[in-house]
Amino acid sequence: MSAEVRPVDTLDLRGVLCPMNFVKTKLKLESMEKGEVLEVVLDSGEPIQNVPKSIKEEGHRIIDVKKEDDHFRLLIERGE
Amino acid sequence: MDRFIEDKTTRVEVSLDGETKKLDFGELKTGGFIKQRQRDLFTVRLRCPGGRVPTDKLIEISKIAHKYSKKGVIHLSFRQSIEILYVDYKEFPQLVKELEAIGWKVASCGPRVRVPTACGGCEYNPNGLTDTQALAKMVDERFFGTPTHHKFKISFSGCPIDCARTREMDLGFQGVVEPEWEEPTCTGCTICAEACKEDAIESDPDTGKPIYYPEKCIYCGDCIRACPTGAWRAKRYGHLVRVGGKHGRWPMEAEEVALFVPDEKVAEVIEKTIEWYMANGMRGERIGKTLERVGVDKYLEFMKDVFGDRVLGAKEAACQQK
Repeated sequence: MSAEVRPVDTLDLRGVLCPMNFVKTKLKLESMEKGEVLEVVLDSGEPIQNVPKSIKEEGHRIIDVKKEDDHFRLLIERGE
Repeated sequence: MDRFIEDKTTRVEVSLDGETKKLDFGELKTGGFIKQRQRDLFTVRLRCPGGRVPTDKLIEISKIAHKYSKKGVIHLSFRQSIEILYVDYKEFPQLVKELEAIGWKVASCGPRVRVPTACGGCEYNPNGLTDTQALAKMVDERFFGTPTHHKFKISFSGCPIDCARTREMDLGFQGVVEPEWEEPTCTGCTICAEACKEDAIESDPDTGKPIYYPEKCIYCGDCIRACPTGAWRAKRYGHLVRVGGKHGRWPMEAEEVALFVPDEKVAEVIEKTIEWYMANGMRGERIGKTLERVGVDKYLEFMKDVFGDRVLGAKEAACQQK
């Protein structure tokens, strides 16, 4: 399903620490329209433990997750 | 009249609105008035359950503190309450009257149920699993000041991070959530395994789907909050009950006695625990010592009907600590 989804932008947040990675993701999503999709690359460990749940709490939807080596590639749909 | 307050046998006359009243220093501590090093000066401890104070009240309390503190300072107690420092005992009646006028109360010291403490809880803290603030309020209304053999401290933590230090309380309630996984909605993304800080979830190397080890789970709910699709869900919320902890000169770590006790059982747990303590404890003995002397098994037997199948045996309790 995620194959057809085209992200409007990508944030490579590898090496960006908590909570800056979340803040950058949040600000980016807020600059987008509802329903648009953002691709985010996050390190495993603390970033992947924290960022997805904070994103969910902000009302956005994680529509796809792919693990690639020591990082994760997420597709996030902007919520209300 | 103006005597050294060490002389506890003496009653001191205080004038209020032209009327002369008598104060007994021995009784003052029961009312939250704590003697200071300085002659005639006391600390007045206010009652702030859960450390929560509405801002309009805070403004009024500030005015009163500013008026009665000879040094113009307050202190935040270790149990989250505001303490007005450097208050002259001769002004207690007026101070209490002014506090009553704004609907605020003084706390207590000595051998009785103290003001409960609590973290922010699920109302606004993202980690919170239980409404610790509402429960602290309930306990304050129902149990505050109940006489016990020694001090009796109750606290509420909303999650296993345990900011309210339930392990060090006579009776502590720590929020827990049991996670439940549903295969159809799981995409095998592996975030839950990453999110779990206790290694209670591993990802299947082929499918990425979770393998759950309940014996390692501390019921924090990180997996539920991290799961993008809602495949991990909350099966039930409740409290991990700890009893017999204390700090002080000789700290004791509380026993974990029950798991997933629901909100509506909390008052009953407190009531019955105090009942057991009063029947089995001795004057000046904390409940932790009573449990050590009489036996945790005796307490659990007494609590059988309250805890039901939520009771943790001594062995399970030891496992839970890990």
